[in-house]
Amino acid sequence: MRQLCKGNVAVIKGAILAGCRAYYGYPITPASEIAESAALLLPQVGGTFLQAESEVAAINMVYGASAAGVRVMSGSSGPGLSLMQEGISYLAGAELPCVIVDVMRGGPGLGNIAPEQGDYFAMVKGGGHGNYRNIVVAPASVQELAELTMLAFELADKYRNPAVVLCDGFVGQMVEPVDLEEREAVVPEKPWAVEGTAATRKNLVTSIYLESDELEGHQRQMEAKYALAAREEPRHELYQAEDAEVLLVGYGIVSRVLRSAVEKARQEGLRAGLFRPITLWPFPGRALVAAAARAKRVLVVELSNGQMLEDVRLALDGRVPVEFYSRVGGNVPTTEEVHTRFASRVQAAA
Amino acid sequence: MSEESMVAVAEIGAAQDDFELLHAKSPVFYPVYERKSQLKQQTHYCPGCGHGIVHKLVAEAIEDLSLQDRTILVSPVGCAVFAYYYFDVGNVQVAHGRAPAAATGLARACPGRVVISYQGDGDLAAIGTAEIVHAANRGEKICVIFVNNAIYGMTGGQMAPTTLVGQKSTTSPWGRRPANEGYPIRMCELLATLEAPAYIERVALCDNKNIMKARRAIRKALEIQRDGGGFAFVEVLSPCPTIWGLDAVAARNWVAEKMVPAFPLNVFRDRKPGPLPGGGPEPRSVAEVLEIEARTADDSSKIQHASHSFQTLTVKVAGSGGQGALLLGQLLTEMGLREGLEVSWLPSYGPEMRSGSAHCHVCLSKERIGSPLISHPDVLIAMNEISLRKFSPQVAPHGLILYNHEQLPEHFAPPEARIVCIPASEIADKLGSTKAANMVLLGALLEETGCLGADTALRVLDEKVKKIELRNTNREALEAGRQFVDKEVWTGAETQPDGFAG
Repeated sequence: MRQLCKGNVAVIKGAILAGCRAYYGYPITPASEIAESAALLLPQVGGTFLQAESEVAAINMVYGASAAGVRVMSGSSGPGLSLMQEGISYLAGAELPCVIVDVMRGGPGLGNIAPEQGDYFAMVKGGGHGNYRNIVVAPASVQELAELTMLAFELADKYRNPAVVLCDGFVGQMVEPVDLEEREAVVPEKPWAVEGTAATRKNLVTSIYLESDELEGHQRQMEAKYALAAREEPRHELYQAEDAEVLLVGYGIVSRVLRSAVEKARQEGLRAGLFRPITLWPFPGRALVAAAARAKRVLVVELSNGQMLEDVRLALDGRVPVEFYSRVGGNVPTTEEVHTRFASRVQAAA
Repeated sequence: MSEESMVAVAEIGAAQDDFELLHAKSPVFYPVYERKSQLKQQTHYCPGCGHGIVHKLVAEAIEDLSLQDRTILVSPVGCAVFAYYYFDVGNVQVAHGRAPAAATGLARACPGRVVISYQGDGDLAAIGTAEIVHAANRGEKICVIFVNNAIYGMTGGQMAPTTLVGQKSTTSPWGRRPANEGYPIRMCELLATLEAPAYIERVALCDNKNIMKARRAIRKALEIQRDGGGFAFVEVLSPCPTIWGLDAVAARNWVAEKMVPAFPLNVFRDRKPGPLPGGGPEPRSVAEVLEIEARTADDSSKIQHASHSFQTLTVKVAGSGGQGALLLGQLLTEMGLREGLEVSWLPSYGPEMRSGSAHCHVCLSKERIGSPLISHPDVLIAMNEISLRKFSPQVAPHGLILYNHEQLPEHFAPPEARIVCIPASEIADKLGSTKAANMVLLGALLEETGCLGADTALRVLDEKVKKIELRNTNREALEAGRQFVDKEVWTGAETQPDGFAG
């Protein structure tokens, strides 16, 4: 049944349906409702919720729970994610699966609590120390916050790696209908987990490899799984892109604005289309190249100073001119603003 | 010679079978340290180091209490980072200082298991101060072994939080000066101020008598875990001959002569372990908790597909905090959902809410909704003058503004939109609750635009408002809003008797 749900609440609903039974976190606007719903709902389904003393502690509690083999998560916003980066690096190094939600707010520093997409580099490119990747999904609706949280759990377990649900304050705070059905959560066997049992007594969870060759081997094995993910996991959505001369590229809340801008443009006879990455790592670069095949221009719109822009440029590799439109500080461009931006250029070019 | 070296020698000796084995190595230790890259017969600890003794005491306690198959050892950053080389139990290696947090996650995921957090002084009392204090304060069911040797050993002799006053280190080259570095921190005393811990004791590896005391303390801490758990903390004053620049015997004496006076040996807490007060909720099914009961015939009857005059209708509701602007938006959204529309509701959030103004965007559409952010609303419901002034310029041409007052304010340049002034707060006051002003405005909106059905409003109100008196007031307010528009606003007019000054 379709029910109204706040984005942040949908995260926990999706997580519970995915079999997550442990949440460790610390409150922060605009992500607090994630912790609040976890506190309310998880204990009712036999799960654990704990408000940690800091995000540093929270992510290490996640590390402990994940080492024991349970599906576990945390959620926060930029400043909290900065504090978690150490733990995320350890999780990746120890090959522990978990899900972390970042409801992005304005930065750097304390910034503000309004929506921004300035954490792209920190979450998609790394942020913590060492050679590792996060799997990153980018929901654009409340329904997707639930669904992509579920997907994040699956991918985290499949690749034994942290998976990040990256959204912005608007997606976390908005209310939309969600349609969720109970389903059997399929949690894979985790023979590596340390459960304090005879069967798991010989198991060791660690990220330390003192010998250079050993650590290199460990990293090569991680690279191999990242290569597999890069082949198998990119996801994207197209809207009116088939014959688009101007291809708009944006994720999360921006993609919603761009969708409206495409509609407006089409009404005026402008051939605009939308490419929306659903996974940010792995970035759907090949699909983007295909979608931009007929485009004369690509316009990237972000609530950042041009972070995903770099991945778009890398993927397109000079095939199509790439332009960039940015709003930051908590400003979200309106449909008209985006429309004006590219429509005037189209007319000027014509 | 350290205990481990003796053990290693004993192993080799046993293999050669040329002397009688008096004391076999505990089976909780691996016979050969395969996880160690070199010299797999001996430990990486220096001769005379306290870690070897503590390892042995822990391993023997695990063995004697039959906990080997129930134990998870969390190893820290510091010299004991490689504890997993030796202990044949479940092992988890963690980040510097974070062992109590990781142990919390482990202990809660594995109830009934024995989780040991083994930490040094830099790990526990400097970088991990927050984690240990809060794990203790929550009474986590973990056993903490805190090896205090007053120095950073692994990194080569830097100052520890427990370095003694005057003690030289590579980062306190003139000796620890309280004026610059403060005093050595006494963790047992600090943690003993908390209510939750079950057991806190400080022991010292300065002589055999005290080593036997340490043995008893460690066993007790593990017994507490075996018997249902509680936070148990054993601080072990421990020699570090290599960094201290002393031989093994002199180092032991240094523990007795220098460390014990600064860190008094004592049992700081010893209470019967048991659960702390407070229980959890009764478990329910996932479907119940998430309110996603299996689809029934009743569900489809909840959605009533009405015919709507609009393709997409966007509404901005704005007012002061407490006026119910956000709730009004939510009700509209719920109503749209009930009438089979696509809907979205986007609030202002955070400090803006707390500083006294609140607004939200409602989008009702027959199609998938693009941007939930409305730049030019079809309808503005302005619940106060500030909102009217701030947002009316955004209203779409030929849109509608509902203003909560009997007339427009002075010096207000009305935009190109139809404006209806309605003293909603006054009307609500007369009905007994100023808070129902939002319902008056909802009634007015429905009557004025016919965008959604009044019967849908009544059904949603009845479901969402649990208090009967409040429900009746809301129904009356909704009706009053409708009647006001019906009677006092000349439908279809460009102006409203007392309001529109354009």
